[in-house]
Amino acid sequence: MSGTDKIEGIYLDNNATTMVAPEVVEEMLPYFTEQFGNPSSLHQFGDKVGRALKKARKQVQTLLGAEHDSEVIFTSCGTESDSTAILSALKAQPDRKEIITTVVEHPAVLTLCEHLEKEGYKVHYLEVDSKGRLDIQAYYKLLSDNVAIVSVMWANNESGTLFPVEEMAELARQAGVLFHTDAVQAVGKLPINLKETCIDMLSLSGHKLHAPKGIGVLYLRRGVRFRPLLRGGHQERGRRAGTENAASIVALGKACEMAMQAMEYEKSSVKAMRDHLEQGILEKVSHCFVTGDPNNRLPNTCNIAFEYIEGEAILLLLNKMGIAASSGSACTSGSLEPSHVMRAMDIPFTAAHGSVRLSLSRYNTMDEIERVIEAVPPIVAQLRQLSPYWSGDGPVDEPEKAFAPSYA
Amino acid sequence: MWDYSEKVQEHFFSPRNAGAVDDANAVGDVGSLSCGDALRLTLKVDPDSEVILDAGFQTFGCGSAIASSSALTEIIKGMKIDDALSVSNQDIADYLDGLPPEKMHCSVMGREALQAAVANYRGEEWKDDHEEGALICKCFAIDEVMIEETVRANGLRTVEEVTNYTKAGGGCSACHEGIEEILTRILAEKGETFDPNAVAGEIKKPKSGLTNLQRMKRIEELLDEIRPNLQRDHGDVELVEVDGKYIYVKMIGACAGCQMAATTLGGIQQHLAEGLGEFIQVLPAEELARRTAMEA
Repeated sequence: MSGTDKIEGIYLDNNATTMVAPEVVEEMLPYFTEQFGNPSSLHQFGDKVGRALKKARKQVQTLLGAEHDSEVIFTSCGTESDSTAILSALKAQPDRKEIITTVVEHPAVLTLCEHLEKEGYKVHYLEVDSKGRLDIQAYYKLLSDNVAIVSVMWANNESGTLFPVEEMAELARQAGVLFHTDAVQAVGKLPINLKETCIDMLSLSGHKLHAPKGIGVLYLRRGVRFRPLLRGGHQERGRRAGTENAASIVALGKACEMAMQAMEYEKSSVKAMRDHLEQGILEKVSHCFVTGDPNNRLPNTCNIAFEYIEGEAILLLLNKMGIAASSGSACTSGSLEPSHVMRAMDIPFTAAHGSVRLSLSRYNTMDEIERVIEAVPPIVAQLRQLSPYWSGDGPVDEPEKAFAPSYA
Repeated sequence: MWDYSEKVQEHFFSPRNAGAVDDANAVGDVGSLSCGDALRLTLKVDPDSEVILDAGFQTFGCGSAIASSSALTEIIKGMKIDDALSVSNQDIADYLDGLPPEKMHCSVMGREALQAAVANYRGEEWKDDHEEGALICKCFAIDEVMIEETVRANGLRTVEEVTNYTKAGGGCSACHEGIEEILTRILAEKGETFDPNAVAGEIKKPKSGLTNLQRMKRIEELLDEIRPNLQRDHGDVELVEVDGKYIYVKMIGACAGCQMAATTLGGIQQHLAEGLGEFIQVLPAEELARRTAMEA
């Protein structure tokens, strides 16, 4: 399934964004040119676009396993879907002033929750263990009539660790609490059948599954009380006003159809490439380990913490060799601390800063994986030669004592 | 990806003086593991001449931390330690053709490693006064701690005042919400509330009863008070003419043509107005030339 017109370099940063599938580009192009109509218009120009949106909605519905196509609301991105879901739950239930989420959510949810705290809401942040797993008992105890919504990600963007959202949604339902999941990393990589679950709302993002950036979806179960974020025209049945991003909606529909077809390939071949990559690196590089829960994670994601070196430096050297990845180090995010996900799992600073995420897609090849396995060990060795924690072939004795800088 | 200069990239990909100096007689360990940048600097100092014969670094850190370490060792090799101590973090950044604002702390770490190593050589104990908060203003690399301290020390209450005192918020203005949050927090400590409509530091005192000469001298004194701030940024200011309430100054060095010149003038104006206790206006010297030409 390798792409025909591949760009230079090896792209292993598919949890950040993905290449738009060539078939998807082809499908959307007419909607910039001859199919320019406004889908709300009565005439033939609008009507054709309207029909195309209908088809796309069906395609999204199929991938999500939603019962009705009207449960699909097109938005501009995953973040908009998250904000819409959480703010809607608060608006629709003004007496409920609490939110349950987790410490490892994406900023799309975390930053919003921190802001809502300033406005007087109580936010419960579920913690994770060293493998990134939640304590379901602790979650269960927090569910009450005061909780407006639970928002828990399906799969973690950094470690790929999966949360038992179907089980958690069931518990929420029993307690009469709305359940939202940010599933931007899960959709397209895992089989999803929403009609069989108690999930009330779900966010997805087009550019994580080979559709373009700037298109997202909020799944809203029929009957769930809802208040729109954007009010205005009647688009999306008044639940998300604003003229539809027709070309991107068509593109997302096609991408969902392709993801459906590729589901088996993700589970088998992409996973096999990921496992081979991980094993190859772990065998050749000492003092590194996989973060998250290796037995329960996305098939495409591998996050390895390389001890005693820093992630941005690793990325720069990888980039020089044409390999694209990402890191949980402080420097790559422009913040003062390593990724909140690594910290939540209690990964030591000396390893958290050296965590590197390699995320694959169906457009990667085994040949690329072999090249990355060859490239990584010398890069790690080169940086360790510069590290005050390293001497020769291994870390210095008692590294934390041997080098304890002044304001650590 | 960061906007690294070619010099930074070059020093990262091919670092100079990597590794510990074998027979070092000075070691400086600085950095913060939580923040992900730490550096050990080893020096070999000639005991008679106090010249740094050799310097080596070991760095746990990002691209610019490694490049800053490499640059530091290159700069100080062959220097007398007293001269080396005058190397500023700006010198390190300049040597690398600049660093992104988020990365300026890497150059600070280099300077501190040097201070720590020299203290170690002299058998002294080095204590850092380092405190760093989350970066608030990305245009001018001003962090939270710096803003908080300035707000507390000067009793600031508006975003405009914070900009005048720290430069923070004087560029793209995207951080104004963050600055307002800091003001809200600090004012709340005093039991006050932040008022977004408050006007920055109005001068209510009556006109000063100084003679012309006293007034001129007082203006010079007040300028001397703020001069160190400007010099720290490699700039300076010169008094050109005093014409009633109009005070004309010339910006020198890095201040000349700086995109912050207007803000800097604003800060000077506020300082002079407060110090003189009268309403004055600080104008650039070019304005004097223009006005003179118009009158003629």
